[in-house]
Amino acid sequence: MKFSEQWLREWVNPAVDNDTLSAQLTMAGLEVDAVAPVAEAFSGVVVGEVLQVEPHPDADKLRVCQVNIGAGEPLGIVCGAANVRAGLRVPTAIIGAVLPGDFRIKKSKLRGVESFGMLCSAKELGLAEASEGLLELPLDAPVGCDLRAYLQLDDVTFELGLTPNRGDCLSVAGIAREVAVANRCAVTAPRIEAVAAACADTFSVRVSAPADCPRYVGRVIRGINPQAATPAWMVERLRRSGVRSLGAAVDITNYLLLELGQPMHAFDLAKLRGGIEVRRARAGEKLNLLNGSSVELDGETLVIADDSGAQALAGVMGGEPASVGDGTVDIFLESAFFAPEAIAGRARRYGLHTDSSHRFERGVSPVLQRDALERATALFVQIAGGVPGPVSEVAHAEHLPRREPITLRQARIKRVLGFDLPAAEVGDILTRLGLQVENAAENWRVTPPAWRFDIAIEEDLIEELARIHGYDRLPSIRPVAAMQMGAVGEGQLDLGQLRRLLVTRGYQEAVTYSFVAPELQQMLDPSLQPLALANPISAEMAVMRTTLWTGLVQALVYNTNRQQGRVRLFESGLRFLPEASGLRQERVIAGLIHGDAQPEQWGEAVRPVDFFDLKGDVEAMLALSGLDVAVVAAAHPALHPGQSARIETNGILLGWMGALHPAVVDKLGLAGGALVFELALEPLLQGRLPRFRELSRFPAVRRDIAVVVDNSVPAVAVLAVIRQAAPTSMQELKLFDLYTGKGIDSGRKSLALGLTLQADSRTLTDSEVDAALDAILAALKAELGATLRD
Amino acid sequence: MTVQDELQQQVEQGCQAVAAAADLAALDQVRVHYLGKKGVLTERMKQLGQLAPEDRPRVGALINAAKEQVQQAIEARKDTLQSAALNVKLAAEAVDVTLPGRGQRSGGLHPVTHVLSRIEALFSQLGFIVAEGPEVEDDFHNFEALNIPASHPARAMHDTFYFDAHTLLRTHTSPVQIRAMEKQQPPLRVIAPGRVYRCDYDQTHSPMFHQVEGLLVDEQVTFADLKGILDDFLRNFFEGDFKVRFRPSYFPFTEPSAEVDVQCVMCGGSGCRSCKHTGWLEVGGCGMVHPNVFKAVGIDSERYTGFAFGMGVERLAMLRYGVNDLRLFFENDLRFLEQFR
Repeated sequence: MKFSEQWLREWVNPAVDNDTLSAQLTMAGLEVDAVAPVAEAFSGVVVGEVLQVEPHPDADKLRVCQVNIGAGEPLGIVCGAANVRAGLRVPTAIIGAVLPGDFRIKKSKLRGVESFGMLCSAKELGLAEASEGLLELPLDAPVGCDLRAYLQLDDVTFELGLTPNRGDCLSVAGIAREVAVANRCAVTAPRIEAVAAACADTFSVRVSAPADCPRYVGRVIRGINPQAATPAWMVERLRRSGVRSLGAAVDITNYLLLELGQPMHAFDLAKLRGGIEVRRARAGEKLNLLNGSSVELDGETLVIADDSGAQALAGVMGGEPASVGDGTVDIFLESAFFAPEAIAGRARRYGLHTDSSHRFERGVSPVLQRDALERATALFVQIAGGVPGPVSEVAHAEHLPRREPITLRQARIKRVLGFDLPAAEVGDILTRLGLQVENAAENWRVTPPAWRFDIAIEEDLIEELARIHGYDRLPSIRPVAAMQMGAVGEGQLDLGQLRRLLVTRGYQEAVTYSFVAPELQQMLDPSLQPLALANPISAEMAVMRTTLWTGLVQALVYNTNRQQGRVRLFESGLRFLPEASGLRQERVIAGLIHGDAQPEQWGEAVRPVDFFDLKGDVEAMLALSGLDVAVVAAAHPALHPGQSARIETNGILLGWMGALHPAVVDKLGLAGGALVFELALEPLLQGRLPRFRELSRFPAVRRDIAVVVDNSVPAVAVLAVIRQAAPTSMQELKLFDLYTGKGIDSGRKSLALGLTLQADSRTLTDSEVDAALDAILAALKAELGATLRD
Repeated sequence: MTVQDELQQQVEQGCQAVAAAADLAALDQVRVHYLGKKGVLTERMKQLGQLAPEDRPRVGALINAAKEQVQQAIEARKDTLQSAALNVKLAAEAVDVTLPGRGQRSGGLHPVTHVLSRIEALFSQLGFIVAEGPEVEDDFHNFEALNIPASHPARAMHDTFYFDAHTLLRTHTSPVQIRAMEKQQPPLRVIAPGRVYRCDYDQTHSPMFHQVEGLLVDEQVTFADLKGILDDFLRNFFEGDFKVRFRPSYFPFTEPSAEVDVQCVMCGGSGCRSCKHTGWLEVGGCGMVHPNVFKAVGIDSERYTGFAFGMGVERLAMLRYGVNDLRLFFENDLRFLEQFR
């Protein structure tokens, strides 16, 4: 809602400056987004009358004009505007004038002819972004009058960001009410008087949807002048409200919409057939709208129809066929109350949002229609002439909004606001706001006025009290509550621990979009059909990710494109897995590494990251959780078939890790590959309570062995056989070397293992240890064909 | 020459030899020469038996004294030689301590995580617990239960991403309030951080961003408590004695409702670009839980009252760290992220 201060002050004029006014509005809940001067600073511009126009002797496009500025001799001014002509009244900048942009007007010569000033366009005066030719002033503009005074340009525009509950403030009248409440002063509304019918013509109105349209007021006005110009004051007020002048008929209805908050519509009477019917549209009915679009209506849409069909989307937008045009002389003027429920959402359904639907959705006062029609009629007669017919009104009182009394309890005010508002102030505030207040013991019975659609329950009244009393005057205290400890499971990890672990290991946390490009999603997780948005903002953000790898690889590409050679990223968040039983939104943690294993540094050999760097990071996280996990070689479509693994716990899939598949790397246009992991968080966060085990006081024995097995035998199998065959005194088993090459048959590998044995109650003897090793070697040979390396 | 003189001479010679020993090996040779099994002083002791019995104790004592003197000279020299050798070794082992350290370098957390952790830490002091909810939400939790029925004008304030007529991406963290109240009767103290989504994308809007929602429901909760807690929070969060302002506003799920402004933390309230020259920064919305919301979750609004508040996390991060472009939070440019270690 945008309006000029002058307009508001015509309605209410408290003795406060516009800064105070602005603060009052904001603190009343009508947030002022901007206060801006209606015109940029300029001076020395007066209303001039062009007396004579002659061609310039040396320039085809320039004219030499004689301009009367009311005093002294006419000024000779050279002008290049196409619309300059004798008789025109235009803004004239005289010598010494300063125009916006600190443009000073001096005496000058244009192609040899002296010019004593400048005739101005709206743009040159900072009144419009663009303009064609000179700003043509009305022919009754007083010659010589200062233009700022004539156009009342020493004014500011308030722009309010109104919340949807305050439909009653979508008008100068509504804001004036609030300003009057804040300043305890009166609203000085222009008097609205009924305009007597000057002819008997009526146009029949039938309301077939009375619940949707409880009140419909209309009248015929005949013989208006279609060429009538809108008066300058009205054009200016509209402009200051951000509305362009589009001809008298439209301007008058727009003016009423802004002033009283009543959307109105003028039909060209000559184009209406039969009579008006307010009804629901017939499914499939078509209507060409004023904005040039064509809509196919559904049965829930309210229309204003004549005998030939829908002529307007009720409360939203008029139709093109019966619209007012250059040749319109007879009009039918509509001023209706449409129920908010009947309009809400309808405009959106057709991709529309209009000043009219904006107001009807939020609620227009149901008692305003006749006054608005009378005021509009008066303006029509004044501006465009015309002969009004009698007002016809169809009202269904049973469907008009009823304001029920609400009980307001003194005790409840304290319950909600935390302090006792004196009873006298309660009554005073509510009365000032136009609510009817009846006193009962300790309580009040309060009835809201017709224009308030946002007051229905006790809390609404309490908000009004708080608002007018002043939010800044409400108490602020420290809440008091019973102290109670929450249950904190010691075995439970929190995400922060995992995050910090990864940060310590060189990872940077990323936050990537949850919706991604379908192609990328398909590339990384082709087995799933991702959940697709019905209204994505772009094709790049169209489906919900089923893996966080989508965002991480995009972040990788983004960074490698910016000369980052080493990237380590992780992210935690939801992935969205469509399953037969419905969508599963699963919290996961995922990471990606690319580039060198270590940051560039002296004294360390440079090598690229590999699977085991990634696995080390994953194992560190798993170690925090204490989960019993198995890493199993398995294929994943996004991963290198020889370097990818499932991570399982008790047979349940916990996640994946591996190198990105070379084909994926290629499609992403990445130089060098990347390794990724993703783990489900819920199981990972199940930690383990530490459990003490007695320490042995006897010495430990360490024996190292190197065994040779086929390449196809996974290390984990060797370790498992050793654990199986080892005595209970084995405390630790480490794999500390892998060797292939000279001395080892091709197709086989040598694994070096360190075993630590220690008994709880005695010192182990050499022969015991030897026996244990023999048993282990025998088992390795029997189960895996392992031999002891020479 | 008396025995005493002879011994004196031998001791002097021995001490000279000790002093002349250039290293531990030479010193050891000296020791062997004088004190070894066949050393000159050892030999003297062996010959003690050839003396008259009455002389033996006196001469024996003299020999022992001489041995002791040589021994002490050797020990002293040994210490000197050892510490010299250690100094040489230490000098050889010296490193340039100004060379960079080795190993992995730490990464860092995302600024949104920093802000959320800070908010969670501040509220957990007051006994708030963290709750989370789904991001793909249903219409009931995101709108209906929050007193925003279909075609309510407030829905236009939420440019919603839909999957179908009933399923959407949550437009705020407020549905977590509903889920928390469905699960548990009051008293409730909940803080709900998370991602939210709006169908809006330009320089100052991101289709995905973070909010944090707070909810407190108990038997004696008032708007004064809400003001108090947010005053406290904002001053602690921004670490300064900033003024906090509550303005009437509207959210369908709270009544009364307020917008919360904090005195501009950039300029201190004198007016700057960050506060659009108003001296105030809008940081969130709040209000008393609307009775219709309590009704939707089956909480008696006569017995309980409560307040809720919501704040934009990126907004707080921008103000806290001076970030000037919202889009940086989701580009994941390492040069940006690395500033928040």
